[in-house]
Amino acid sequence: MRLMAGLWLLVLPLCAASLLVGAVWLPPGAALTALFGRGDPLLVLVMQELRLPRAILGAAVGAALGLAGAAMQGYLRNPLAEPGLIGTSAMASLGAVLAIQTGLAAALPLALPGAALAGAGLSVVLVLAMAGPRGGALALILAGIAVSALAGALTSLVLNLSPNPFAANEIVFWMMGSLADRSMLHVQIALPVMAAGVLILWPLGRGLRALSLGEDVAASMGISLPRLRLRLALGTAALVGGATAVAGAIGFVGLVVPHLLRRAVGGDPGRLMAASALGGAAMVLAADIAVRLILPERDLKLGVLTALIGAPFFLHLILRLRRQMP
Amino acid sequence: MSLMTLSGLSVHRGASAVLDGIDLTVGPGEFVGLLGPNGAGKTTLLRAAMGLLPARGTASLAGLAPMARARRAAYLPQGREIAWPMPVGAVVALGRIAHGEGAAPRDRAATEAAMAALGLTAIRNRDATSLSGGEQARVLIARALAQETPLLIADEPIAGLDPAAAIRVMALFSDLARQGRGVVAALHDLGLAARHCTRLVVLNRGRIAADGPPETVLTPELMACVFGIRARVTDAPEGPFLQVLGCLDG
Repeated sequence: MRLMAGLWLLVLPLCAASLLVGAVWLPPGAALTALFGRGDPLLVLVMQELRLPRAILGAAVGAALGLAGAAMQGYLRNPLAEPGLIGTSAMASLGAVLAIQTGLAAALPLALPGAALAGAGLSVVLVLAMAGPRGGALALILAGIAVSALAGALTSLVLNLSPNPFAANEIVFWMMGSLADRSMLHVQIALPVMAAGVLILWPLGRGLRALSLGEDVAASMGISLPRLRLRLALGTAALVGGATAVAGAIGFVGLVVPHLLRRAVGGDPGRLMAASALGGAAMVLAADIAVRLILPERDLKLGVLTALIGAPFFLHLILRLRRQMP
Repeated sequence: MSLMTLSGLSVHRGASAVLDGIDLTVGPGEFVGLLGPNGAGKTTLLRAAMGLLPARGTASLAGLAPMARARRAAYLPQGREIAWPMPVGAVVALGRIAHGEGAAPRDRAATEAAMAALGLTAIRNRDATSLSGGEQARVLIARALAQETPLLIADEPIAGLDPAAAIRVMALFSDLARQGRGVVAALHDLGLAARHCTRLVVLNRGRIAADGPPETVLTPELMACVFGIRARVTDAPEGPFLQVLGCLDG
């Protein structure tokens, strides 16, 4: 309880800071009144159409990635698992890349996130079909690796054959992940999908807790593993797909956040889901504030920053794991 | 009333039979030692009995709904997996998941009793993954006890335990049987099995080679034929005493 309260105390000020930080510094009082539609119309536009969606998406994308990461690590009983492991982020990226390459993204504002969500949905169908009805965690990982590899290859193919250097450039920048210039439209498309993901994953705490002692023990304690796996695949795909659709590829959040919080929840994979959602929101909000402060004029990409922080952390995890091994 | 009935249970891997037509009924008050050399099919039998792998024939527990089965039988697998650094008390409390997992007084009482039975109360707040192999084995046995089922199915519960810990676990299982519960445990220690079990079932190449009270099952001929050892069981004041004289060549 104290942990959750502490995490809320981290997330709420970061939300406020995300609303206040930007190309121009706004006094908090004026910003607040503008947020509710009063005062200078230009200020109202900046707050309601630029800053608010960015702050909402920062919190939502972070929460989605943190929650999906905690669920995936709990299911696979592996601290090095990340939510994109079952191919969702690679397929969502492929969908978005195709939308950019075909010009649909430029013609229709919803084409890019829509195509990314379609890719995420397709990844679940492919992975579950490949893993088979009885397959355990290993079958799911292998199917996910195959789907990720295929999606990665197809993305490279699109870039390779791209006749238009501008489209190729846009694809590369999109894949770096960012929350800049997102609108309420993005919020409207991503939030319901992510909310569905949360609802699907929420009841899994009990099953993930039982899985801490292995698949046979969980099954013997009355947990239906095929149903658990179906929910996990659908839920993480909705969360990661929704996040990727509006923000591109934001790496390492789903890997690092559950790790940081695991000891604080006593290793309980059920409690870790809620804590990681808040932790992920805090991390992405903080990173998104940082990209605006560090290099405001160069449009530093959010995904680049999370990877720059995340990769050394990952290395640290591996080294610690190696020391624990006999 | 039986706690578990297997009839004509067979498991095939490819063309070969890992289990071939097993008939076995276990009732309350029985501590059944499931013996057999490596690869005899002990683990396969226990998992198939729990419905954890597809099998032909019938297994009474496998036919139940998952939650109903979880209230009839607890299963302790051979591998000792504790994936996350959880406190001992939390691991033991996982056994209550089968009962809907609440913080109800009954759940707490079952968890406390299981920890007390395995001598874990003093280390309840320690990280279970930091314990020694023997202590982890006790934690996982306590988890299965906390499930409070009429039947306990354990796959090599005393493998890797020091002699004193192994004897304590066997004595605990005997006590459970005396209280009217049923225990089926795959074992390699013929001596401890002879001393503590009420009944031994010997598995060889997927079939039951012998079934009965320890003194009638562990004949020199069976131990030579199934286990490839020269051994005999003699009567001692403490109960049946197994003397292993050597192994047979080839």
